[in-house]
Amino acid sequence: MNNKIKKILPQIITVLFVLGIFGFFTFNAQNNMDNRGIDFGFGFLTQESSFDVQFSLIEYSGSHSYARAYLVGLLNTLLVSFISIIFCTILGVIFGVARLSSNYLIRNSAAWYVEFFRNIPLLLQIFFWYYAALRALPVPEKAGPWFGVTYMTIKGYYIPSFIWTNLDIFLYSILAVIISIIIISTYAKKLQENEGKQIPVFFISLGLIFLLPALTFFIGGVSLDFEIPALKQLSKTSYVFDGGIGLPPELIALVLALSLYTSTFVAECVRAGIQGIGKGQKEAAASVGLTPNQILKLVVMPQALRIIIPPTTNQYLNLTKNSSLAAAIAYPDLVLVFAGTALMQTGKAIEIVSITMLTYLSISLAIAAIMNWYNKKIEIKEK
Amino acid sequence: MNSLNFLKSNKQNFYYFLYLGLFLFSISILDVAINAFLKINITSFLPGILSIFLPLILGFVGLNFIRTEYSGIKSLDIINKNINTNNFNAILTLLIIFAIIKATPPSLSWMIFDANISGDTKEACTGTGACWTYVKVWFRRFMYGMYPNDLHWRINLAFILVIALGFFGFFLRDNLKKYLALYYVIIYPIIAFLVIYYLISGGAFGLVWVETGAWGGLSLTFIVSFFCLIFCFPLGMVLALGRRSSLPMIRYISIGYIEFWRGVPLITVLFMSSVMFPMFLPEDFFMDKLVRVIIAITLFEGAYCAEVIRGGLQALPRGQYDAAKSLGMGYWKMHIFVILPQALKLVIPGICNTFLALVKDTPLIFVVGLAELAGMLALAKTNPKWLGFAMEGYIFAAIIFWIICYAMSKYSYNLEAKYKTER
Repeated sequence: MNNKIKKILPQIITVLFVLGIFGFFTFNAQNNMDNRGIDFGFGFLTQESSFDVQFSLIEYSGSHSYARAYLVGLLNTLLVSFISIIFCTILGVIFGVARLSSNYLIRNSAAWYVEFFRNIPLLLQIFFWYYAALRALPVPEKAGPWFGVTYMTIKGYYIPSFIWTNLDIFLYSILAVIISIIIISTYAKKLQENEGKQIPVFFISLGLIFLLPALTFFIGGVSLDFEIPALKQLSKTSYVFDGGIGLPPELIALVLALSLYTSTFVAECVRAGIQGIGKGQKEAAASVGLTPNQILKLVVMPQALRIIIPPTTNQYLNLTKNSSLAAAIAYPDLVLVFAGTALMQTGKAIEIVSITMLTYLSISLAIAAIMNWYNKKIEIKEK
Repeated sequence: MNSLNFLKSNKQNFYYFLYLGLFLFSISILDVAINAFLKINITSFLPGILSIFLPLILGFVGLNFIRTEYSGIKSLDIINKNINTNNFNAILTLLIIFAIIKATPPSLSWMIFDANISGDTKEACTGTGACWTYVKVWFRRFMYGMYPNDLHWRINLAFILVIALGFFGFFLRDNLKKYLALYYVIIYPIIAFLVIYYLISGGAFGLVWVETGAWGGLSLTFIVSFFCLIFCFPLGMVLALGRRSSLPMIRYISIGYIEFWRGVPLITVLFMSSVMFPMFLPEDFFMDKLVRVIIAITLFEGAYCAEVIRGGLQALPRGQYDAAKSLGMGYWKMHIFVILPQALKLVIPGICNTFLALVKDTPLIFVVGLAELAGMLALAKTNPKWLGFAMEGYIFAAIIFWIICYAMSKYSYNLEAKYKTER
């Protein structure tokens, strides 16, 4: 009996404590909102937002609703995270491998790169790129072309845009490629497990990726045109680039800072993963007669990836959360558009901040759930 | 490959190849160095592309000549083993050396030779290099924010006192050592808080009151991260124990708390503290913005701290728990005297890393209008008298933060190495 009380009493006290705090907050919030004449509710989401957003992936203007402004912000957050994740992975793998190089200079340059970018606060890096480095770029009329058709100016990076005809056929062909690669790789795996034969999956896939979409250009009537940005004079002194896609400098500064900063952490994950493979594994593989390529593909990589992927996903998650620093340089991400402008206009502090937090929370929890599932799947099953 | 054999040395002509290789290699370095430092292109008589790639080709051939398995010459073997193992490495080596040589003169002349530091106004900056005058003039603002100039000694004194009190524990007599944990977890934070409150805020003992809005610069970074650290540590400890508790309700509440704060970005937490939190307080109850921010960051970092401490608790072998239980210790006795002292020792490097992340996160308080170093830079950058020196300001701040963070990461790395060998 005594034991039971010992177990239940602390739990009851904790629950009461937590409920008490929540109750206290709710009571105060109710009181405050009554006094200021604010009512709680999510009805404002359907109202007209009447503010403009500089950069948006979907069509948006002041006449759209707050819900659509939320979507614009979310898409911008996802866009900057997606681009940065790609770059930070490439840089991270290069520098992670370089840190294990036998070359003294390469090893130490990579180490200094990691130490340098890891130890400066991300916000300062974003400010540096945005306010100091990108401001040194030329004005539109003086910008020379990069790679012939793109222009890097103080107002942003202008790249040609694609104009497709029959885009859907092209997309179907890509879908077909993905499906056939999955089928081939499953078949190859089965073949190897049953008969020990190997087929060059990588080269077959590579061929498919180029061949099938290229076929649609000849047979399916798909064609691709480029709209190249061209200098246009607005008035005597002001020029802009017309046509093509203009990437705003905020986006460039964010992508630079986020990918350089996160790539140092990815590099450490990659290094730890490769170092985590015992020397004996490689020697054992070599002694059963595998070639160096086969050792890498069949023995080292599958084990290294098991160590690398979980912490790297964690870093991707951090990157996505860190992309909220966009608000500091006025890139219209979720925090700036929704928790900034929309909050100022509606004054619905509780609703808007909770929605913003819940959005980030659900992204994190979703990725964490996928990671747990993946870890369970690849974990070494010991008898 | 047999046809290329004449390119490789053998025992007879080894020294010819060695001298030729070293000669070519030094010529390539010399060419790049002259090009970078004196801006003279000695190979300008060659056609364009060849003139650019000539040092690379020469250096590559040179390195190829001196590459041997074993020469017996010590310094040559060290070079071959470390930077010249194969063709790919040789090219990368050359590219890195060239990049360093090329980058040295412009950065040195911008940072030092063409830079200005004299004078007190923008007009003193006449050179093409950096204008360190800007940093010199604004230095006090960057360090102390808008805090009145003649009262800066109060901030300095407060920091010296807090640091001195932090080292106080080392000089305790042996029979008082058992109270060390008590001192650091409870007494020290309280004393530090009182020192900082009464010295920096003033308002008592004849000191002039300075409102928190005037605090800023690097000292604010230190104040915020210091308080967040000492408060988030006990919070993290409680949550870590809660997460490992056998009582389901306590465990679920701890998990929910930890996962919630770890799932949201700090910037939304700060937004919450500045716009949402006042709504949750009683109507006539005013809480200073700085205090709200410190509470928000503490709650946030507490969750990360909890995960680090949980790692330490999990790393302890089960035998420790069993042994403590078999001696008849209860839950609290077991944790206070057996588990926590060992676990906390294990997690010191991890805590150090959390603190490092905390220091790197503090500039974010800029978004809710507190002017620590990044905020002061933004302020100075838009001052009409000092337009156009953003680069110098950010480089100055980056150097300061880099030194702090690098020292901390090295320290935590050393601690990690130290504790690893002890176990």
